[in-house]
Amino acid sequence: MSELPAPRRPHGELEAEVLAALWAAGRPLTPQDVQQALGGGLARTTVATILGRLHEKGTLLRTRAGRAYAYVPAVQDTAGLAARRMRSELDREPDRSTVLARFVSDLSADDERLLRELLGDSPEGGLPEGGSAGTGGTPAREEPA
Amino acid sequence: MIVAVWIPLLLPLLAVPAARRLSGWLPPRAAAWTLAATGVLLAAAAGASLGLLAAAGLLRLPPVAALGHLSLPWLERISPAAGYVAVPAAAALAAGAARLLHAAARHRRDLRAARTAALAAAGAGDGLAVLPEERADAYALPGRPGRVVVTAGMLRALGADERAALLAHERAHLAARHHLFLAAAEYAAAVHPALRLLREPLAYHLERWADEAAAACVGSRALTARAVGRAALAAAAPARTGGPRRPGLAPAAHAGPVPRRVAALLSPGPQPAPARRRTAAALLLAACLCTAAGTVLEATHDLQETVETAQAVPAPATAPR
Repeated sequence: MSELPAPRRPHGELEAEVLAALWAAGRPLTPQDVQQALGGGLARTTVATILGRLHEKGTLLRTRAGRAYAYVPAVQDTAGLAARRMRSELDREPDRSTVLARFVSDLSADDERLLRELLGDSPEGGLPEGGSAGTGGTPAREEPA
Repeated sequence: MIVAVWIPLLLPLLAVPAARRLSGWLPPRAAAWTLAATGVLLAAAAGASLGLLAAAGLLRLPPVAALGHLSLPWLERISPAAGYVAVPAAAALAAGAARLLHAAARHRRDLRAARTAALAAAGAGDGLAVLPEERADAYALPGRPGRVVVTAGMLRALGADERAALLAHERAHLAARHHLFLAAAEYAAAVHPALRLLREPLAYHLERWADEAAAACVGSRALTARAVGRAALAAAAPARTGGPRRPGLAPAAHAGPVPRRVAALLSPGPQPAPARRRTAAALLLAACLCTAAGTVLEATHDLQETVETAQAVPAPATAPR
């Protein structure tokens, strides 16, 4: 795909990242919050423009928070149901469907251990920072042992 | 019928291991193309040779022979076994066609279900659909336009830069139309069982291809490795506690695809390939594919000649000209 590091990225990609940040946060975010959540790579005006556009499309809901607006993703009533229906459809046959290229496949217990080792050794340091986002998951994974 | 017609049915036994070996020494994109092309070509050759065997038998049916003005006694004399071979060949051809149709129907059904879910989640036509689910999952949904589908659980499990890597990875799948590769391998496997062994390495190399594209996009292979690893751990967590959803795997003799992908991203660059063995595998594979194509052509030509000769042979006394 893109071999060269593109400084200007298409609007669709930025919209996707902003939307992903709002879902990940799980609470209403102002443009400033979103800008911080994205690591400050975008100008605040850009973020505000994208949020406004997503709101116009009905993808986001917004409320007044002081002088700015705070945004949350609009969850469609039918979305959860449709997702569950899809899952039961895809799991109907024993071997997983190959139509969808999944980001990650299942892990065996050995894979999981190996993966933790690899991430621990990663030069940019995977796990220290991972502790903040992964705190919810870590204790749960240690339980069944 | 001549020997050539059997060769395409046996070639996958040699070509599939060669393609698998070779793909391990190639960069992801070349590896994926090699595996997919091998599958498609060998499946086409195997299907063609089954068809030729069945057709040769079909000529022995009196109504067909009469329709084509063929001399049955002459056909009987030059290849007495053709009629017996045709029956299993036709059965294998029918079974392959049935598996093909089943796979196609399943693809359509799965895609429709996934599209419905993505549409319900996205509302407007954004490039990203977020499913309001706690489980961590993400995939590329092909179509016009293609969509990246992610669960809320997956987005919460990753940091901002890791989310960017995930989105870039899925976009790479869509941009390079990787679903066509997967479908080609699936349909090839339906035609010849030996081609099933191409699916797993192909899926792996497509993921590697998208991983490298994502790394180029976000500008860091280590970051991409972390995103893949963290996503896999997040996806595995509920399944582990959720009980016996996972089939009882024997302890893995070798690492699964995700740790291999992470290790490949963390390594400085492509592993130096053993040049001589790579060349040998490439030559072997090329020879297999050429032989498959060549034998099908020869067998087709042979069948055509048989028909022409059988028409030219003067018919016996029962049907004088």
